[in-house]
Amino acid sequence: MSAFRGLVRKETLHLLRDRQTLAILFLLPVVSVLLFGFAVRTDVRAIPIVVVDVAPDAATRALIARFAQSEQFQLHGTLRSEATLDALFQAGTVRQAIVLPTETDRRLVRGERVVVGLITDASDPNTGRVMEGYAGALLRRWHAERAGVAPSGGVSLLTRMRFNPTLESVNLFVPGLIALILTIVAAMMTAISITREKERGTMELLLVSPLRPSAVVLGKVAPYVVLGMANMLTVLLAARGVFGVPMRGHPLVLLGASLLYVIASLGLGILISTKAETERTAIMAALAGLLLPTLMLSGFIFPLEAMPRPLWAISHLIPARWFLTIVRGVMVKGAGLADLWRELAILAAMSVALLGIGIRRLAIRLP
Amino acid sequence: MSSSDAAIVVHDLHLTRGSTRAVDGVSFTVPRGERFGVIGPDGAGKTTLFRMLTTLLVPDRGTAHVLGHDVAGAPWMIRPQLGYMPGRFALYPDLSVAENLAFYADVFDTTVAAGMARIAPIWSQLAPFAARRAGALSGGMKQKLALCCALVHRPTLLVLDEPTTGVDAVSRREFWDLLDTLRGDDLTIIVSTPYMDEASRCDRVALMQAGRFLAVDTPAGISAGFPLPLLALRAADRIGMLSVLRDFPHAVGAWPFGETVHYTDARVGAAPALVLAELREWAGAHGIADLEGEAITAGIEDVFIHRLAEHERAA
Amino acid sequence: MTTPAIETTNLTRRFGDFVAVDAITLSVARGEVFGFLGANGAGKTTAIRMLIGLLAPSDGEATVAGANVRTDPATVRRRIGYMSQRFSLYDDLTVRENVELYGTIYGLSRAEIRSRMTELLERIQLTASRDTLVRQLPLGWKQQLALMVALLHRPEVVFLDEPTGGVDPITRRRFWELIYATAAEGTTVLVTTHYLDEAEYCDRLSIMVDGRIAAMGTPAEVRAQVGVSTLDEVFLTLTRAVAAP
Repeated sequence: MSAFRGLVRKETLHLLRDRQTLAILFLLPVVSVLLFGFAVRTDVRAIPIVVVDVAPDAATRALIARFAQSEQFQLHGTLRSEATLDALFQAGTVRQAIVLPTETDRRLVRGERVVVGLITDASDPNTGRVMEGYAGALLRRWHAERAGVAPSGGVSLLTRMRFNPTLESVNLFVPGLIALILTIVAAMMTAISITREKERGTMELLLVSPLRPSAVVLGKVAPYVVLGMANMLTVLLAARGVFGVPMRGHPLVLLGASLLYVIASLGLGILISTKAETERTAIMAALAGLLLPTLMLSGFIFPLEAMPRPLWAISHLIPARWFLTIVRGVMVKGAGLADLWRELAILAAMSVALLGIGIRRLAIRLP
Repeated sequence: MSSSDAAIVVHDLHLTRGSTRAVDGVSFTVPRGERFGVIGPDGAGKTTLFRMLTTLLVPDRGTAHVLGHDVAGAPWMIRPQLGYMPGRFALYPDLSVAENLAFYADVFDTTVAAGMARIAPIWSQLAPFAARRAGALSGGMKQKLALCCALVHRPTLLVLDEPTTGVDAVSRREFWDLLDTLRGDDLTIIVSTPYMDEASRCDRVALMQAGRFLAVDTPAGISAGFPLPLLALRAADRIGMLSVLRDFPHAVGAWPFGETVHYTDARVGAAPALVLAELREWAGAHGIADLEGEAITAGIEDVFIHRLAEHERAA
Repeated sequence: MTTPAIETTNLTRRFGDFVAVDAITLSVARGEVFGFLGANGAGKTTAIRMLIGLLAPSDGEATVAGANVRTDPATVRRRIGYMSQRFSLYDDLTVRENVELYGTIYGLSRAEIRSRMTELLERIQLTASRDTLVRQLPLGWKQQLALMVALLHRPEVVFLDEPTGGVDPITRRRFWELIYATAAEGTTVLVTTHYLDEAEYCDRLSIMVDGRIAAMGTPAEVRAQVGVSTLDEVFLTLTRAVAAP
């Protein structure tokens, strides 16, 4: 046991002594939360909107007031006809327009179907979709207040937003960020720290020692488990503190899933280090082999549902996919063990398998 | 000698690395308690040989028994008893001197205190710098720390792969003095070096080149085995002297050795005084008027050069 | 003789409180083979870095190949060649590619590179291996090639930092014969080494101890100064006098 303790202590010292890397590892989560939260966020604020209200009444005035008060919209005014709309869109003065029918209030009271026109500047399709969603949500709330019949026609609601009524994109990004950062810390740092020993020649001495390679590697990676968990908490706290990201489910489920994910990542890092002889190779392998799939195929950036069939099939092999489902479930939907046991089981199986394969692959001699 | 008395018994060892026969049929035995030197230039195969002895590589052919165990079959029996100093000092530059030592004690499941008796003479020189980062040590101090790390678990066999390479002459000498303090404890040491002058610090040495042993003997035995007349010569024009000597009909070799040139004559048993007289006459006729010298006993380097040149001529 | 190839006056380099090179004054004549000796950490590397224009002196002056290292390091670097044991050649390039690369770096024309390559490879009998990867050459050849590459642009002064580390005793001596041939052509050679018997091959030498020059002269003069019979003993006497950390 003293050998294991010695390894952990030594690896911790390496981490603490390398101030630059340590600073990066702790700034990375905070900076990425801020980046994704502010700069890269796809939600849009202060959309210039105009309402075409042919026949003002109590209901339309209530709707206009809602738009005027909303942070997401900046009401450009109301028009009596659609005549000038094209010019306003072309000039970029407005990016969205609501066209209300006549006798809106009366129809609502009678429970009749109200057809509301929603015109959106879709020159940037992503922003367009977001704007459409915002307006739809606002119309739905307005309608729910005024009557019991759904408005239809030009308004489309996105089912994705059912659990994210305020449409904060940061809620969707934070789980992905956690996966990304844990991959970097657990997999990449592990691969780097093992290949560094090979490059320095110290691995040669550790191999000659009576320690089994598995003991060497487990002792070396243990501090990265702690570091990874610390980083995850940093992301969560930053996301909560700055953006008020919710935690609707039980935090323990989240911690457990993170631990499983860290172990799976460590296994991948060890696997990389069994092949890579230099730090540089290890970094490249981790970037291409782990970070890209984590970004692209986990549902972090591209929705799983929209993936081509073959990629969608491959995504099942990516631990981050299952981890992301769990984290989103816990944080945004308030899901618990009962809802997520399947994903947790898959993630657990993956981590045991990856760590096992990684350790088995470790050579007891030089290549 | 039975294998239980010997620390190392190697028989017809071969290992090909890539396209080179790194170790190409080496056999030798090292009794317990001996200090055995393997002397040869870079690329001779010393490191590959040592890596087989330390169970890091498996031989293609032949056998090696270390401390009674087969290196290919029983690495875990050998490893705990082995102290190893690889070619590059295996130290962690970001850890302090004391932390490096403590780490290697931990790895072997022991403590620095338990190993202190063994390393005390070396540690006493390092102790003042215990808190310094290993990366900030001079080459000589790194070497001493690496030796402490290899000894802290009280191994029975110490394997030192080029411990003095890249270290200045003073530190080299100090290092060998330190090895002397380890004598008499039934510790076997096998050490490699590219420096010929270090041969005299070993009980027995092997001269290694191109994967083979050119000779294995005591340093005195190797010197005594030099078959030809050997003279140390001096002249003001050392460069001119070299080519004149090489052109002499009976010359086998003429090489600069410090301030003199060592000249080997092809005639076995020829009287050195006679050879010298002939050489003076020859040199005088070729513009070197001040040639002087005397017969000398061959050193390890003379033997090595002689064997190498024979080898090159044969190839 | 004209101006010296290397001339320093009270050349000093400090790193914070630590004086790595402490007011060294020396002069190396053109065509001389000068041995620059010292224990590890005595300040040799720092001194050489100043002489090749990589490190600015804290104090004092140095002129190398007619240019001032402080005010005109670019000219110094153009007029010198440098070969270190650690880095000189690219292992993953062939002999020819290495020579061409350095030729281009030093601004030689295509024709010059070709004729100089033929001449230098001929000298070390490496012409047949010109398309071999440097990685595949034996160490001794690599080092001889590194020297030839350092001489490619006909430098006035060439700095050799431990050029013979680890090679066999014959190759080591052949290398020194190349050094002599280089000096005979008028190129000044400043060389560092851990082999003290090699220092005997130098025309003159200096031994640095703790940033200062503790002895300087021909090998015979230096031996006489210290009053011992071999350079090995000279070195031991001088460096042991100082309690080294």
